[in-house]
Amino acid sequence: MYTVPLPRIGTDIAWRDAAKRLIGAGVSPEDILWDFDNEMGELFAIDTPLPPVTRRIKAPQSFVEMANWVVWHKDPQRFARLYAMLWRLRHQPGLMQDRADADLAKLRQMEKGVHRCKHKMKAFVRFRDLRQGGARRSFAAWFEPTHHTVEPTAPFFARRFADMDWMIATPDVTAQFIDGNLTFHPGQPKPDLPEDATEALWGTYFCNIFNPARLKVSAMTSEMPRKYWKNLPEAQHIHDLIAGAEAKVQQMRDAAPTLPPERVAKIKRQLRGRD
Amino acid sequence: MSRLDLSQKLAILSDAARYDASCASSGTTRRDSRDGKGLGSTEGSGICHAYAPDGRCISLLKILMTNFCIYDCAYCVNRVSSNVQRARFSPDEVVQLTIEFYRRNYIEGLFLSSGIIQSPDKTMDDMLRIAKRLREVENFRGYIHLKTIPDAAPELIEEAGLYADRLSINVELPTDQSVKAYAPEKNPATIRKAMGDVKSRKDVASERSYTGKRGKRFVPAGQSTQMIVGADGSTDATILGQSTMLYGDYKLKRVYYSAFSPIPDATAKLPLIKPPLAREHRLYQADWLLRFYGFGVDEITAARPDGNLDLDIDPKLAWALQNRALFPVDVNRASKEMLLRVPGFGTRTVGRILSTRRHRRLRYDDLLRMGASLKKAQAFIVAQDWTPGGLTDSADLRARFAPPPEQLSLF
Repeated sequence: MYTVPLPRIGTDIAWRDAAKRLIGAGVSPEDILWDFDNEMGELFAIDTPLPPVTRRIKAPQSFVEMANWVVWHKDPQRFARLYAMLWRLRHQPGLMQDRADADLAKLRQMEKGVHRCKHKMKAFVRFRDLRQGGARRSFAAWFEPTHHTVEPTAPFFARRFADMDWMIATPDVTAQFIDGNLTFHPGQPKPDLPEDATEALWGTYFCNIFNPARLKVSAMTSEMPRKYWKNLPEAQHIHDLIAGAEAKVQQMRDAAPTLPPERVAKIKRQLRGRD
Repeated sequence: MSRLDLSQKLAILSDAARYDASCASSGTTRRDSRDGKGLGSTEGSGICHAYAPDGRCISLLKILMTNFCIYDCAYCVNRVSSNVQRARFSPDEVVQLTIEFYRRNYIEGLFLSSGIIQSPDKTMDDMLRIAKRLREVENFRGYIHLKTIPDAAPELIEEAGLYADRLSINVELPTDQSVKAYAPEKNPATIRKAMGDVKSRKDVASERSYTGKRGKRFVPAGQSTQMIVGADGSTDATILGQSTMLYGDYKLKRVYYSAFSPIPDATAKLPLIKPPLAREHRLYQADWLLRFYGFGVDEITAARPDGNLDLDIDPKLAWALQNRALFPVDVNRASKEMLLRVPGFGTRTVGRILSTRRHRRLRYDDLLRMGASLKKAQAFIVAQDWTPGGLTDSADLRARFAPPPEQLSLF
């Protein structure tokens, strides 16, 4: 029996390393307990050292790519499911192409969940200006991801916001980018971030780009689920926009056509003169 | 008139921009700012940073430089004869808004459009200067979409293509006749010429010279256009025919369909209607069938004698119901082309069927796991453990999919 401790930061590398050693030594899935971030406590802490790396283990590239996503899922069974798939792949190398296999379908579904969470994090993190002065500007954000996606998503922010310092704090893991160095730290409670006046401008934009004649609330919530709203500054306007939409459209319809402003005749004369 | 502050200008000039459907930020070159000398990145697929209650994605800061306009297009909120409040951003204001929004991760970039002020050249030149400043002074590497002024000098449009990821010129309405009737200052031939110029310039840029060098990057995300649907009497067959021409002749990346939607201070010339959102949706579905599923316009619009799409059911299903003799299709044997024509199968499902078929014979449940919508597909397919029996030819098949008749409401 092996108990494999997996850290919260660097989970992907730790899982892959352990899986390689275990599969190499032919350890079957039932003989492994995966312990994420000491969640099992002392009770199951069996200190069997992992088998040494004996030979190069081959797995399909498509499995490796899928595993790199699935390890960040919040399902406690993720590591066991991945290992069981790796175990089956030893004798069924074509298994990854079988989209009808139930185990694979479950893993693909988990992969999709992590993909979506990563995508939503790229979309919905909202930075606030910390106004700290200095050569580089500093920003910070609070975000609550569904899965453990801070670590795989942070490099995106590093590529995009390389000329500023930033921090994304979450209850799970906190990412920090200072002077071009990206580091990860334990999660934390929501920090007090200073007010940022640009949020009001963003709210103005959100309200005015909305077309009240095309109200489609379910199309909005399917892409921007309510669970994200509390950390989105623009979401505070949604209720009023929906409530006032019909009246606004009615107003446009009821308004009688107006006479064109006086300048029109002059402009039209000029336009004609140009041709 | 009292001076407007930034927030008031933003309200007016985003309000004026919301009738442009496009907010895409995908399909450009991959860039980032890891060198620490700039701001921003683009990585293939765009990101929708928010959704408004109209269900539309907010990816870009979509604004007009100014909503002053000397043209008098009947469908447009900014036409010269409208009494809407007018405003104009300074170049600096547009640059600062873009950069500050971008740094807070609100947007992927800028979509800048404008009313025509003084002259087309002057307007295009002002827009160009904003894009140039973003790129060269602010080292902005995010996405820029510029709405091109068709009457502007070709040199200006060409320069715009060096800074912008995407250029667009709206054809506005589906037929030349309608453009003449509702946008008297615009000329459909000029619009097409401008699109043609962008296309040939892009072709040149993608060719290698005799030294093997590529030309300068030119609108890497291509060009798009928009057509207003429901303002004139054009049928869906006319609209889709126009799209096919635009995709074919001008290699457009996207044709957007925009349901004519009520505007403040409308003109008596074009009475306000309830925006035909269902029609717009069906046109997008048909557009997809033309581009990714191997359908022709004639096939899609043949179902109804009036040349319009069926609003109650999607165009692929409508086609299948008209061509039942071709079904049921055996998912374990059929060609890719035929699988793509099965209602309820998307391109991804078809890809999965083809790869899994090499390993086993497919059953009904397997198809479910692959993401097929069997509620639609089941009448049109045969699988290992499934035959539709008389379902394919049953008289009430359409009724299973069409929504029940709805009580009419007053508008």
